[in-house]
Amino acid sequence: MDVLIAGLETLTRLDVIAALMVGSICGVIIGAIPGVGPAVAIAILLPATFSMEPIVGLTLLLGIYGSSMFGGAIPAILINTPGTALNALTTYDGYPMTKAGEGKRALSLAYSASFFGGVFSVICLMLLTPVLAKIAPLFGSREIFLAALLGLVLVIVTHRGQSIIAAFLVCFGIFINSIGMEPVRYTQRFTFNQTWLSSGIDLIVVVLGLFALSQAFYLLTQKDMQSKAPKLEGGMFQGLIEVLRNKRVAVSSSSFGVIMGIIPGVGEFLAQFFSYMLAQKTSKSPEKFGKGSPEGLIASEAANNAVPGAAMIPLLALGIPGEALTAMMLAVFYVHNVIPGPQLFSTQPEFIISLYLALLFLNILSLAFLLLSTNILLQIIRIPTRFLGVGILALSFVGVYSLRNSVIDCAISAVIGVIALVMKRLNLPMVPIILGMVLGRIMEIKLRQSLPRVDHVIDFINRPIAFIIFMLILLALSLHIWTMFRARFRRQ
Amino acid sequence: MSTNIKVKDTPFKPRRVPGDIVFAVVAVAFALFLLSQLGSETTWLKGISLGSQPRFWPAVSIFGMVFFGLVYFIGSLRNLANQEGSVGKEILFWLRGLEFTIWFMAYVFITPVIGYLFSSILFCVVLAARVGYRSLRSLMISAGLSVAIVLLFKTFLQVRIPGGTVYEYLPDGFRNFMILYF
Repeated sequence: MDVLIAGLETLTRLDVIAALMVGSICGVIIGAIPGVGPAVAIAILLPATFSMEPIVGLTLLLGIYGSSMFGGAIPAILINTPGTALNALTTYDGYPMTKAGEGKRALSLAYSASFFGGVFSVICLMLLTPVLAKIAPLFGSREIFLAALLGLVLVIVTHRGQSIIAAFLVCFGIFINSIGMEPVRYTQRFTFNQTWLSSGIDLIVVVLGLFALSQAFYLLTQKDMQSKAPKLEGGMFQGLIEVLRNKRVAVSSSSFGVIMGIIPGVGEFLAQFFSYMLAQKTSKSPEKFGKGSPEGLIASEAANNAVPGAAMIPLLALGIPGEALTAMMLAVFYVHNVIPGPQLFSTQPEFIISLYLALLFLNILSLAFLLLSTNILLQIIRIPTRFLGVGILALSFVGVYSLRNSVIDCAISAVIGVIALVMKRLNLPMVPIILGMVLGRIMEIKLRQSLPRVDHVIDFINRPIAFIIFMLILLALSLHIWTMFRARFRRQ
Repeated sequence: MSTNIKVKDTPFKPRRVPGDIVFAVVAVAFALFLLSQLGSETTWLKGISLGSQPRFWPAVSIFGMVFFGLVYFIGSLRNLANQEGSVGKEILFWLRGLEFTIWFMAYVFITPVIGYLFSSILFCVVLAARVGYRSLRSLMISAGLSVAIVLLFKTFLQVRIPGGTVYEYLPDGFRNFMILYF
């Protein structure tokens, strides 16, 4: 109870309230603009948050992360263009509803389902905290190494049909992380005698190149997107009741979101996909899915918004980010010397509770903001995409240059931006690079820490949790190989 | 209805598009180059276990890149006949991205000279005009956007961006004000 009060006290600080409000509102707006998305916004804002206290910076980024999917539903429903990639499935049923003159009902349903998913995940997070506080200390360096390895394996196998290139990109990420002075023996690795490579390539430089600069280049090289949102009529509050009427779908989808969010490397898209499939299979009217089914809309929105809260679990408990956005947040922890992991639960429980409460309030704020301002937000959809490109490029400059005032950082980021532009054109995933960098670093450190305590390879998995994680790795790989062979066999 | 923005980073869009083979060739060539440099660019220390060797992680990642790059390359070769569209056109599109890299780097170089505020206004206005927004209203909006960015990040959030060399020519009090806030 004392921890809860301390957490609430932190959250009532003026700077935290401001960060929460700015993060939530900006997140909704950013999500509503097709072509921007939370990754771009977080990448740009990341260096600016380094001068803030960890709780303020994280609340701001969390606000953007958690609320962007609320806003992303608007263009997905009204103009058939997801505001963020994670709202893709929302177009399946949201847009047909708009075409049928039920745009406002669809938006109301999406906001309410997102709210349900978000609050559901925070409640799960709070209920899981005591369990986590007990389990987390059981994770030693071996277990964290294996958990990071599991994250990498999962990020590869979940990119179905692209797992080979995902594996290549994970390795590329690990390689980028290994450039520069090695941290224990201080030997140089792949510096080619260049002093500017000695300190390595900063994660934020890569993040900004991959997500922000590449998106700016992409938008600037495309034709302007012409989109006009339809006029909306009707009430905005009916969705809340309708979601409660479909509570079976809302609960099962949110549960998928929570489970997928906890597992590193899996993320929102699979959560949406599975919950959508389940909702369709268990629906009394499955034929309506893809043609304007409220259940389909609830399934995708509740699932994707349940993920951010759950994704904080591996980050806070083990220091392992499950996807790109939490990987970026990890940078904020590192900069402030707050090491997320098992100790955090015992040393700073009020910090964790504050983050949970921030997540809860950002859902309330986002819902309230959207219910009152959807008509104004419709104007944002009309911003020309190339003009957005100019803005993103100008903002990316702040992100990269303010890090170390280094021209070389900017050049590296620009080169990575061009590579990422090519990858976007080829429909190749970028998240494996970031996770390769972040998890590769964790794996290197944890492997070195655990080696003195290990006499034989088998000692790595002689503890229960390490053994379970190892079995999960084997299971993920076996399932992937089996599905690959089955698909090939069926084709033949 | 226009749907230019496609779903990216999803596990369900595995189709291969023109230019894929070029990417695969460059990826394999890069991986092989790194492999050739592994011995000279990393160190092997005596008396230290394999997992603690400075060379261990670069080697793991590079061997992985070579292996998966080659498998991807073979896949690209096998899919070459099924791909529609011109590879040349796709490469030209990639090169168009380079133009904006030059714009970005020009912005980086002029900022320490003329200051963040003026470089931002210049960058946004000229780039907006370059991509087709040439009406007075568009240019004014671009200038307004750049001023808003400077006010938010440099004036309000105080991010570390140095003052311009030209600020040295300003009167004392005003110079400090400009260096601090713009």
